[in-house]
Amino acid sequence: MEKTMFKSWGLILFMLTLKGGLETSSSLAERLESKRNYNYTKYHPMEEIYKWMEDVERGNPELVSSSVYGLTFEERNITLLKLGLENPEGREKKAIWMDCGIHAREWIAPAFCQWFVKEILQSYKTNEKLTEMLQNLDMYVTPVVNVDGYMFTWTNESNRLWRKSRSLPPSDCGCRGVDLNRNFNANWGTVGVSYNCCDNTYCGTSPVSEPEAKAVTDFVGSRLNQILCFLTIHSSGQLILLPYGHPEISAPNYDELVAVGKEAAAEMKKVHGMDYTVGTSPQVLYKNSGSSRDWARLVGIPFSYTFELRDKGEFGHLLPEDQIQPACEEAYAGALSIITFVHDKAFNNVTTVPNAAVTTVTGITTVTGVAITIWSTIMAFSLTTGVLM
Amino acid sequence: MNLTILIVMAVLTGVLGSPYVTDTDVTPGSDSAGMSAHPNSVPEAADGTEVFHEEGVVEEEGVEEDVMATGELNPSHYPAQRAANVVKHYLNTRYGSPYRWVGLHKVHSANAEEVAESGRKYHLEISVQEMTGNTTEKCSAEVLFPALENQRSPQVQASCEALLTANTTAQEEALYQQYRRNHTLLSGHNLPDSYGHIDPDMKPLWHLGGVASSFVMLKESTENTLYNMAQVANVTQLETENDQLRFNYHVLLHDMVSQEIIHWKLLVTWSPAEGVKVLQMEELPKCEHCEVPPKPN
Repeated sequence: MEKTMFKSWGLILFMLTLKGGLETSSSLAERLESKRNYNYTKYHPMEEIYKWMEDVERGNPELVSSSVYGLTFEERNITLLKLGLENPEGREKKAIWMDCGIHAREWIAPAFCQWFVKEILQSYKTNEKLTEMLQNLDMYVTPVVNVDGYMFTWTNESNRLWRKSRSLPPSDCGCRGVDLNRNFNANWGTVGVSYNCCDNTYCGTSPVSEPEAKAVTDFVGSRLNQILCFLTIHSSGQLILLPYGHPEISAPNYDELVAVGKEAAAEMKKVHGMDYTVGTSPQVLYKNSGSSRDWARLVGIPFSYTFELRDKGEFGHLLPEDQIQPACEEAYAGALSIITFVHDKAFNNVTTVPNAAVTTVTGITTVTGVAITIWSTIMAFSLTTGVLM
Repeated sequence: MNLTILIVMAVLTGVLGSPYVTDTDVTPGSDSAGMSAHPNSVPEAADGTEVFHEEGVVEEEGVEEDVMATGELNPSHYPAQRAANVVKHYLNTRYGSPYRWVGLHKVHSANAEEVAESGRKYHLEISVQEMTGNTTEKCSAEVLFPALENQRSPQVQASCEALLTANTTAQEEALYQQYRRNHTLLSGHNLPDSYGHIDPDMKPLWHLGGVASSFVMLKESTENTLYNMAQVANVTQLETENDQLRFNYHVLLHDMVSQEIIHWKLLVTWSPAEGVKVLQMEELPKCEHCEVPPKPN
C-alpha cells in the first residue's frame, strides 16, 4: 500500500515538473518570438498590433503591463502599454505619456510607438540610464488612439487617406468622423477648425465629445501630478511643435520648451541628417485649437510636444516601408532626448547604485552618459537664459 | 494655476469675441455659404483687402510672434514656406519631366511687401532639389499673391543657378521611345500604394503625375494653402498625337492647411522636346453625401 502511494506521488510530482518545464520553455519561446519575429519595419493592421501588445506584455512581465482605458466609437479597445520597473527604494514614480495614431492615415506614427517599445525592451537591461529612468518613471505608450479610423484606412485602397474618427454625425450633417486633434478641451472650436462634419478638421459637436479624446483626457487627467511630459506623434512635415496652436497664447515656459525642442531636433539630425523644425503651430504650420498637445499643456503638464515625422511632401502620409527604420531611429533619439531631460529635471540627476552584477566598463560608460546629459541640460538652460526675450 | 488659466481664457474670449469666429484667412472660391464654415473662411470678409487688414490686426496683438505681414520673414515659418512651395510648383511646370521632379530643400531668406493694387509679393532665396537625384540648387524667386479674388493664381518669377540641368536627356529620350512603341497602352494606379511602394517601372509615370499636378497646384495656391500631390490614383496612356505622349491622370492633392484631399482629373501631354503640358484639368467635387449613414429610428 505504501509503495503504491509513494509511486503515485512520484508520478504526480514527475508530471508537475514536466508541465512546469514545458511551460517555462514555451514562455521562453514566446519571449524570443515576441522579440524576433515581429517585423518592426512593416506596417501592421490593428489585429496584429493588438496581438503584438499581448505578446510583449506576456513576454516581459517585469517591465510591461497593458491597460484598456477606453472604447472607440465603434466600441473597440483603446489600449496602452505601461513600461516601468519597480523603484528600488519604493519611491513614488512619475510618468511620461506618448500616443500615436490620433490621425488614421499617419501610419508611421503607430509604427514608431511600436518601435519605441521594442527599443526600450531590447536595450534597457544593458543601458543603466534607461534602467534608472524606468525605475523612476513609467512610460505610458498608446500605439493607436484612433483605432476605428486606423482600421478604416486598411479596408480599401480608396480609404487609405482617411484622417478622422468614424463617429456618426449629428442629424443635420451627412458625413462621419471627427478630427480628434481638434476635439480636446483647449480653446476648442476657436481657430483652425471647421464646423462642417464633412471636413477633415471638423472639431465635433462640443469639447471632448468623442470617446477617443475622452479616454485620453480621463486617463491623463487623473494622473496630472505624475506626468512630466506629453508626446503626441503624427506625420508628416518633420516638425516639433510646442503649445499653443492659438497665436495669441504663449506657454509660460515657452523658452524652455523651445530649448528642449531644439535639443531634440539636434539629436534627431545626428541620426540621418534630417531637419526637424521647432516652433509653435502658428509659427511653423498653421493655427489650430483643440489639440491634445494644447490640452496637456493647459492642464499643467509642463512639457508637451507634437512630433510630425517624415517626410516633407514627396510621399507625405504614404511613407515607404523602407523608411520606417530611419524615421523611427531619428524619432526615438528625439523622444528620448526629451524624456531624459524631464527625468533629470525631476530627479535632480539622482543615480541609483549600480547593480553588483554590472561590469565596471558599463559603469564608466553610463557615468559618462549621465555626465553628458547633465552637461547638455546645463547648456540648454544657459542657452535658454541667454535668449530670454 | 487653474485660476490663472481661467482668467486668461476669459480675457481672450473678451478680446477675440465670439468663439465662432474662425481663422482669419480666406480661401478664394470657397463655398462657405450659410452654416457650413470652411476652415479658412471669414464670415465677414468679402475681398482680399479686409483679410489683410484683419491679419494685420492679429499680428500686432501677437507680440510673441515674429512679424509676418511685411519685411524680413523667418524662413522656417509658414508664410515663407508656403511661398517657397509655390516656387517649387512653378519650377516643375517649367522644367519638370518624368526624370525631373523638383522638391523644396530649404528656404534661406524671405521678404514680403504689400504691392498697392496688386497684392503681396514675396522675395525668396531658396534651395531646391531634384527628387530624382541628389543635387540641390539655389534659386532666387518672386511670388506675387494677387489681392483680387478673380485673379486667383500667384505669379512667379524664378532664376536658378544651374537651371536644373542635370543631364536627363538620354533617359527621357529612351522612355519617350519606349512608350511610343508600346503596343498596349500603359496604365497604373495607386502610385504610391498604401505601403508607400511604387514599382520601379512606374516611377517615371509617378514623377510625371507630380509634375502635371504642379500645374494645378500652382494655379490653386494662395497664402493659405500648402499643396503636395498625395497619390496618383490612376494613370492611363492614350494614343500619341502630334508626337506627344498623352495620359489621363486622376491625382489626389493634399492641402496641409485644410488637411483636405482634393481629386483632380488631368489630360497631360509630354515629349522631351515640348516638355510637360496639361491640356485639361477638372476638379472632382468632394462627395459630401457619399457616406450618408442610416438615420436612427
